[in-house]
Amino acid sequence: MADNKFDAIVIGSGISGGWAAKELTQKGLKVLMLERGRNIEHIKDYVNASKELWEFPHRGNKTQKLIDQYSPVKRDKPSNEITNDFWVKDKECPYNEIKPFSWWRGYQVGGRSLTWGRHCYRWNKWDFEANLKESIAIDWPLRYDDLAPWYAYVERFIGIQGSREGLEVLPDGEYLPAIEMNVAEKYIAAGIKSHYQGTRHMFIGRTANITQPRPEQGRVNCQYRNRCERGCPFGAYFSTQSATLPAALATGNLTLRPFSIVRRILYDKDRQRASGVEILDAESNKTYQYTSKIIFVNASAFNSAWILMNSATDIWPGGLGSSSGELGCNVMDHHSLVGASGIIEGFEDKYEYGRRPTGIYVPRFRNIYNDRRDYIRGFGYQGAASRQGWSRKISELSIGAGFKEDLTEPGNWAIGLTGFGEMLPYHENRITLNKDKKDEWGLPILNIDVEMKENEKKMRTDMMEDAKEMLEAAGLKNVSVFDRGYQPGMGIHEMGTARMGRDPRKSVLNGNNQVWDAKNVFVTDGACMTSASCVNPSLSYMALTARAADFAVKELKKGNL
Amino acid sequence: MIAMLTGSVVIGSEFLLSGCKNSESSNNRIFSNKDIAFLDEVAETILPATTSPGAKEAAVGAFIGVMVNDCYTEKDQQIFHEGLKTLEIACKKEFNKGFLQANSEQRTKLLIGLDKEAKEYQKTKKKDDPTHYFTMIKQLTLFGFFTSKPGSTQALRHISVPGKYDGSFPYQKGDRAWAE
Repeated sequence: MADNKFDAIVIGSGISGGWAAKELTQKGLKVLMLERGRNIEHIKDYVNASKELWEFPHRGNKTQKLIDQYSPVKRDKPSNEITNDFWVKDKECPYNEIKPFSWWRGYQVGGRSLTWGRHCYRWNKWDFEANLKESIAIDWPLRYDDLAPWYAYVERFIGIQGSREGLEVLPDGEYLPAIEMNVAEKYIAAGIKSHYQGTRHMFIGRTANITQPRPEQGRVNCQYRNRCERGCPFGAYFSTQSATLPAALATGNLTLRPFSIVRRILYDKDRQRASGVEILDAESNKTYQYTSKIIFVNASAFNSAWILMNSATDIWPGGLGSSSGELGCNVMDHHSLVGASGIIEGFEDKYEYGRRPTGIYVPRFRNIYNDRRDYIRGFGYQGAASRQGWSRKISELSIGAGFKEDLTEPGNWAIGLTGFGEMLPYHENRITLNKDKKDEWGLPILNIDVEMKENEKKMRTDMMEDAKEMLEAAGLKNVSVFDRGYQPGMGIHEMGTARMGRDPRKSVLNGNNQVWDAKNVFVTDGACMTSASCVNPSLSYMALTARAADFAVKELKKGNL
Repeated sequence: MIAMLTGSVVIGSEFLLSGCKNSESSNNRIFSNKDIAFLDEVAETILPATTSPGAKEAAVGAFIGVMVNDCYTEKDQQIFHEGLKTLEIACKKEFNKGFLQANSEQRTKLLIGLDKEAKEYQKTKKKDDPTHYFTMIKQLTLFGFFTSKPGSTQALRHISVPGKYDGSFPYQKGDRAWAE
């Protein structure tokens, strides 16, 4: 095979790109995986993984210099002194906010699989049917039963700790032994269950942290450091580096090329197929072309759409997949940063040992079964109970020895619940190419024009009040609500820019994630989502990717691509 | 999204009411060795050596200098530097000597007064009014001490690699809290 010819090209090395590379190489295809950022080698390049807080000059805080590099997304908090190497500096990769949007990007091998929240939830059957039943946007071209076996397939490989709860609203998957709730959380969970007569639930958050070693993957089980976002030296949480990349490399079929910015997909008019990609080497600024039989686009929702918008523009001015008029539209996120917190009396003789990489989860209870609200869809909660630390407020003591001794002991148990709500797909919430402003490689930047609307705003009232009511029902005192001011993007779950559908006039992709206008191009990251559900999306991206890869290879063998 | 509220220790801007809030460039005012020594003594008065080391042994003065220089906005830096002068003047007014010359009872008395004043001010101030300088000092002292090595390992308990999780771990009054 010539140096620039492959069976498949995967654009992006994050959570879905890693899966595409693993599946395609294991099925025998020669695969080129392109990543626009630098390489991050597993363990070796997690430079902050084992440092203690006091080893950082600012103990993790953002300096003014860092804030300046990260403007405009300085308004929220994922990047700090410890993690900033894994987050894109906006000054270097600008975008244009038509309305405020925090676009958190991870331009490195592994993408945001290195920094993700790791919560893994299956969608339920209603999530796939809601658009059709409520006449919102368009219907999903698949149903829960189509994806269920792929959820199981993915869960078995990545390793998810969690408990089986038997709930229709949050289907059980295949789990490793669950990390336990602490004594205060168990008390609250029991209080909620009893007060709401089994219609509301609280249990341990299902996360991709392994609780049993996986020597075949070179992964050690979680050591309860809760420093996942720095990269895990034990490989205990799922990332491209800890799991899919080594599996793909083990086949001998993978070529990984960092510093490769895909400028466009090359389109062959006569065959109506893509023939490869053109890339810009981010270091040398040189242009290269690679050809392949199939292409998986996994550049993250906005960048996948950006690549399509820049491809085949001689045929479609709006780019490949734009014939429906939906490319770049229907941006969704999960709106959040709203909920309640309170103090738990008692359990002073109990504490926690170890730092869990998870918290609790409360699945959706609104607008299911007989519940009806003045908005549609719903939300879930994440949170955790813990004893307060030295940063708690102690008003009766001001300074001195007594004050210090008091702070060296843990305070009361306290809990916070933060809601994550579904955002509807609105055609006018969209990204477009900015023809005037270019980045340092001379490539057009994105305009981002996304806002919450009435449905989301109404839901947020419930997200606060329901959290308060549940905590009070469980017997908590001093419960207060909060709304820290969410703006789109802060959920870091942006999706929807190249949605799947049943009709090429209304969707960019078909039910197998194929671009209607180029059937050998598959988009399987967040871009493909037709609605958002309220649960964390990565597990669904992975399942959809594995399903599409299986389909693609079968079609390839049949000669259909 | 990165899970929120998973622990009790809050790093950074949520706890630090001041600083780290806008992108004005800092002018890196210099803290002299004398300033650092002064800050060490102020911090030691807030968190003195007891059965465990105090703020001075944890080099909190130097840490405060780094934080104010690198993380504070120019406006907050100015408030902080002015505040140190105000503190010294208040001390001279009350005890006829500077803070470094005052004995430990006098230092404590002075800072208790400033703490009250700052709390009152913070309670009644408008949203855009500046933070009280003593609130800045106290926050940076607490943060600097409890995230330092002596603070984390001797005033608190620290385990780098716990290896297991127990959500119902026995606790007796007097047992130290875990450091992050």
